[in-house]
This record gives sequence, structure tokens and C-alpha cells, in this order.
Amino acid sequence: MYSFDYHRPGSVADVAKALLANPEARLLAGGQTLIPTLKQRLAQPAAVIDLGGIADLKMIKRDGATLVIGAMATHDMVARSADVKAAIPALAALAGGIGDPQVRNVGTIGGSVANNDPAADYPAAVLALGATVVTNKRQIVADQFFAGMFSTVLDAGEIITALHFPVPKKAAYAKFEQRASRYALVGAFVADTGAGVRCAITGCGAGGVFRSAEIEAALAKMFAADALKGVKISVANIMGDIHGSAEYRAAMVPVIAARAVAMAV
Amino acid sequence: MPHVTMEVNGKAVKVDVAPSALLVEVLRRDLALTGTHVGCDTSQCGACVVHMNGASVKSCTVLAMQANGAKIVTIEGLSQGTNMHPVQAAFKEAHGLQCGFCTPGMVMSSADLLARNPNPSETEIRSWLKGNICRCTGYHNIVKAIQIAADTMSKKAAAE
Repeated sequence: MYSFDYHRPGSVADVAKALLANPEARLLAGGQTLIPTLKQRLAQPAAVIDLGGIADLKMIKRDGATLVIGAMATHDMVARSADVKAAIPALAALAGGIGDPQVRNVGTIGGSVANNDPAADYPAAVLALGATVVTNKRQIVADQFFAGMFSTVLDAGEIITALHFPVPKKAAYAKFEQRASRYALVGAFVADTGAGVRCAITGCGAGGVFRSAEIEAALAKMFAADALKGVKISVANIMGDIHGSAEYRAAMVPVIAARAVAMAV
Repeated sequence: MPHVTMEVNGKAVKVDVAPSALLVEVLRRDLALTGTHVGCDTSQCGACVVHMNGASVKSCTVLAMQANGAKIVTIEGLSQGTNMHPVQAAFKEAHGLQCGFCTPGMVMSSADLLARNPNPSETEIRSWLKGNICRCTGYHNIVKAIQIAADTMSKKAAAE
């Protein structure tokens, strides 16, 4: 690792100040991506600003028709939260399937969403559920938040504080995972929101997580696994690598989405 | 140089650390607790698993500064004196190891599982061990050891 200064402010306002004072700083949430990146010397921040000292960012609560999850809630907290299991069981199940137990004990929802890894699980939930990303400056709807692989519309100095998930009628997430890494080769989050069906696909988008118009159109007619028989996904925006070609992954998208629909509760 | 204050295996410690120091480096180098191993150093293998505030974590992927104020338990702190923890005793009984390199992480990870889920199914045990790699045993005896430990611990809990 290159050397860096370390700060652990006690409030979001102090984090914002520290970011202003250190424009070359990186925010540290759980660190399960950032620390390996630093170890490989793929990043050289002048300072690391740890969000771990802000207790408020860890809260999870149901607020009417919205589930509020603090940015620093760990995957394990989301997986085991009675509020999450009652409101959106698909989200609890998704969190319980990320990485391995030790990663889930440290990794956070805010870190995952801000990083927008094209194979991460959480971005699919945020997009399919039509969640709102709350920052220290504004509220950003999911459809406008993700901006391509490892990119979001977050400004320099902007800090995710919470995610607001509207509680759907039913939803589920199914993942076809790479056996060693547990990252999604194809992951599909489907949601019957009450105001329409949404389906977000992770793991295979050339531009990161995306909504599948083909799958949403088929499910709008009938929210059932059979509705996806024969649905074809264009390979134009699908990525391939040594773990699976673009054609293979495109063929898997409706299959995995159908599994998610069959599981939806 | 900044410092980190932690409780490690029940003892308060204060160590000067570089901000880039990993928790596992401080445990092994500064505190001479070499039971915690570094296998892959890329958060895949789990040989470095310790407990931080009661939860198992990969100490190669946690900055020492993140552990400031935390309670850390390493493999050296799991037994009570010369009485092995039931998971340690079960690994011995079931021959849940060959070379032993992964064992500290396996034991710490298993202890976390049994603290949350005292009676896990074989599927739950195997799923939990996703973050711990053993290149000798093929896991069979490790799973058996965890089942024995679960049994011992629930009998002990029932007797109390």
C-alpha cells in the first residue's frame, strides 16, 4: 500500500469538511473493495476518511411504505434485520448471499452502491425496487443514479447517507454465481412494485447494472415465470469474459429472471 | 505516528501504527500473535479470520485503525486457560486438519457460526465456510468437527 493519512470523523458534516480539505481522499465504508484496491496499489489516495465512526449511518427502520437503510449497515445487518425480512425479504436474502460471512460482517450497502461494481448484487436491488439514494446534499432516484461501470452521478464531496426502498408488492433476486468468487455472472432482481413491474440485471451489463425492457414488457403482461419463455435479450450491451461469453450470459438473463419471478413473495 | 487502542484477547493494548497497517500485521508483528495466518492476502482464503466485536472478519482486509476501540479475539484467546474451546477440541477429535495452516481461521469462523446458529445443518455449515479455504482435507472432517462442536455446545448449554 502507498501511505496515506487517516481520518475518522464523528459526523457526516465533519466527513464533508474533511473531503473538502483533502480533495484526493477516498471514503472508507466497509473497505472490502477499497482495501484490496489499495493493497494492489491500484489507488493512491492522499487520505482515507473512515465512515465507521458515525453510528447514525448504521440504522435500519421501516417508515410507513418505505424501508430506510443507513449507508453503513453491513450486509449481515441487512440479512438479519427483522424490519428488512418483514418488508422486503428479497433484499434480506440478497444481502445474505453476498461474498462470504466475513465479507458480510464488514462490507456495507453504501459502499457497494457507491462502488457500482458491474457484478455487485445491491445495485440490482436499488434499480429494480426504484430506491432513492440519499446523500448529504440531495436525493437521487435509482434510474438516475448509476452512470456506467464503477460510476455513479455522485459529485466529489458527496456522501451517501441512506437508501430509501419503497416496499414492493412482491420481489425476488436470483443469482447465477461464479462458483469461486460468488459474484454474479447474471443476477436478476424482479419487483412487482404495485405501479408496474421492474427488472434489473447485474453481472453482465457492458455498462453495469441495467433494466431489461424485454423482461419488463413480458412480465407486465403476466407476472409469472412462464411469461419469460422465448424472451430474447440482445447481446449488444452484454459483456463476456473467461467465466462466460456475452452470448451465454444473454441467454441466461431470461432464465435467471424466470427463477426470480418463481421465487417472488 | 497514530496509535490504535484495542482489547485483544481480554488485554488492553495500545500500538503505534502507520495508517496503512492492516489488522493482521499489527496482531502478528506488533503483538506477536502469530496464530493468525496470512494465506492469500487477498481476502479469499480466510486463514486470517479473527473476531472483531464478536463478529468474524478477515484481518488482512481490515485496517488496524478501523479496529480502534474494538474487542479482538484471536485463536490464542479462544481457549480458557488450558481448556480448549469446544470447536478446537472437536477439530482435534474429528481430525479436522492436516497441515494446520487454515485451521486458526476455520476455528474462528466456525465459532462465529455456532454463536449465531447453535444447530446448523450440513448445508448451512458448508455455505458458511465459503470464505475459508483448506487445501488438504477436502472439508469432510472440518464439517464433521463443527457438527461435533455444535453437539457438545448444545449439550453443555442444556446442562447449565
